[in-house]
Amino acid sequence: MNKMRRTNTFSVRKLPGFPAIAILCFAMLYAPIVVLVGYSFNAGSSLALWEGFSWHWYYAAWQNDQVQTAALLSVVVAVQASLYSTILATMAALGTTRTRPYRGQTAIYTMINQPLMVPEIVTAVALLICFAVIKQATDYRGLIYLVLAHTAFCIPFAYLPIRARLEDMDKSLETAAADLYATPWRCFKKVTLPLMWPGILAGAMLAFVISLDDVVITEFVKAPGQDTLPTYMLGQIRRAVTPEMNAISTALLAVSIIMVSLMFILSRKKSRE
Amino acid sequence: MSSSTKEKGLSDYEIAARRHELKTNLLLCTPALIILFIAASGPLFVMLLYSFLTPGDYGGVEYYASTEGWFKVFLNQDIFDDTVSLADAHLSIFWRSIRLSLLTTVTAIVLGFPTAYFIATRPLGSRNFWLFLITIPFWTNLLIRTFAIMEVIRNQGVINNLLIWIGIIDQPIQMLYTDFAIMLGMTYVYLPLMILPLYASMEKLDFSLVEAGYDLYATRLRVLLKIILPLIKPGLVAGSILVFIPSLGAYVTPRILGGGKNMMLGNLIELQFGQGRNWPLGAALSITLLLIVAIALLFYVRNVQKSAARHE
Repeated sequence: MNKMRRTNTFSVRKLPGFPAIAILCFAMLYAPIVVLVGYSFNAGSSLALWEGFSWHWYYAAWQNDQVQTAALLSVVVAVQASLYSTILATMAALGTTRTRPYRGQTAIYTMINQPLMVPEIVTAVALLICFAVIKQATDYRGLIYLVLAHTAFCIPFAYLPIRARLEDMDKSLETAAADLYATPWRCFKKVTLPLMWPGILAGAMLAFVISLDDVVITEFVKAPGQDTLPTYMLGQIRRAVTPEMNAISTALLAVSIIMVSLMFILSRKKSRE
Repeated sequence: MSSSTKEKGLSDYEIAARRHELKTNLLLCTPALIILFIAASGPLFVMLLYSFLTPGDYGGVEYYASTEGWFKVFLNQDIFDDTVSLADAHLSIFWRSIRLSLLTTVTAIVLGFPTAYFIATRPLGSRNFWLFLITIPFWTNLLIRTFAIMEVIRNQGVINNLLIWIGIIDQPIQMLYTDFAIMLGMTYVYLPLMILPLYASMEKLDFSLVEAGYDLYATRLRVLLKIILPLIKPGLVAGSILVFIPSLGAYVTPRILGGGKNMMLGNLIELQFGQGRNWPLGAALSITLLLIVAIALLFYVRNVQKSAARHE
């Protein structure tokens, strides 16, 4: 009897215990985030005792001058870095996909993906050294260093979805346009660009999220007073932490999740076409 | 080159068109490569140069060649009697970094393997949903996720409070600022990097092979070890590399969860550029870290090539 039951439910795909570990894994991934978000609504100033629901800490964060400045700087850097890196990545993607393989292509891939392979702390320290030399020589201490560093490490993230999109497009439409005497530029503007637009948008959003979230490189490249939201938070975590930090974190999480969801939708659109 | 193109019977026009295409391609790539050279690969060479200079008194460097930075990576010279000994502090940090990164990788496999398998065996329609649940934490801020772990394992955190409330313990367990905390945090933040490549290779798993194994009276364990595991090895290796490399270079997670005492390589490097005021040593340490990463990547590439060769 027992044996019969076993053969009835036997499935080649099932492995005992695996679903349980998987559920545990999902719980582990989300539980800390849920706790973090939960305490951002705590009325009291403790991260242990729940004293009722309140928007107090969001209001406090909103009123905090340092948070405002840091948030503004984060957005300024992220907008610039994502814009520049997306333009550069789009051009590079056009130059590396849908073409006959050429010598040096692998070298170009390696260079584009280099920020993904080198540990962030190494890049950060190397940039600290380089920019220190430039700062000493030129005495210029503006935002350009941050924007430059962010643009560089955002390029591979912007490049990936754009390249994936381009590889899915076949060249027949562009050939048709060229056959109808469209100039290369007109052909690009009217045919190629509209077709690759979802990829470009996805790449830009990814770059924006990556730039917005960066801690390590920003921490080493920034001049005094150039705190972004993550480096401001890193500095605060060492001191006494109030639910204000949870409120800022929750806001940042919300931005990331919205962006990633949009990106997900954009890339799914691709596969349906 | 020209003889081979002539063999293919290309006309002059076609050769010119190909040349033009190549020129356009390279022109399109140039701006990105310039920026990457200025702010990603170029600085690494400058750092290599710096590792052979003399440290300045207040940070920075003096422009005199010296191998002292490299010397100090593994060795210590006594100030008084000039005896040379191994730099125990550095070695223990190297050892901790490697040990914790390996532990993190193994834990990520133990948790990630069943999870990836679970997702890969869902019906097609719901797979994207489960994958999305893995992707979301992956794209959210690492600092925030580390901060979330910190809140959960603090002495007054949810776990300790819960255990005290149930009555299992009456004193909070010190979890924060330990090696365990670092490992837990790194597993937490890098777990998606294990699950995603594992899933990618499990998705392609041919279950008729699994079924054949069962038909031949293999036990579940045997099927898992002898059929499933060899087939998804590329994903397993990719996932392990993707977890191991960032763990080794982790900076934020050990800084927040390890406190001041339990340093990893990333924190040791930072120290040389801050209070340590020894930029050449910091540069030499960074390059050492880079070399370990390069070895891990080479191992990965060789593994991929081997399995690719086997499939041909």
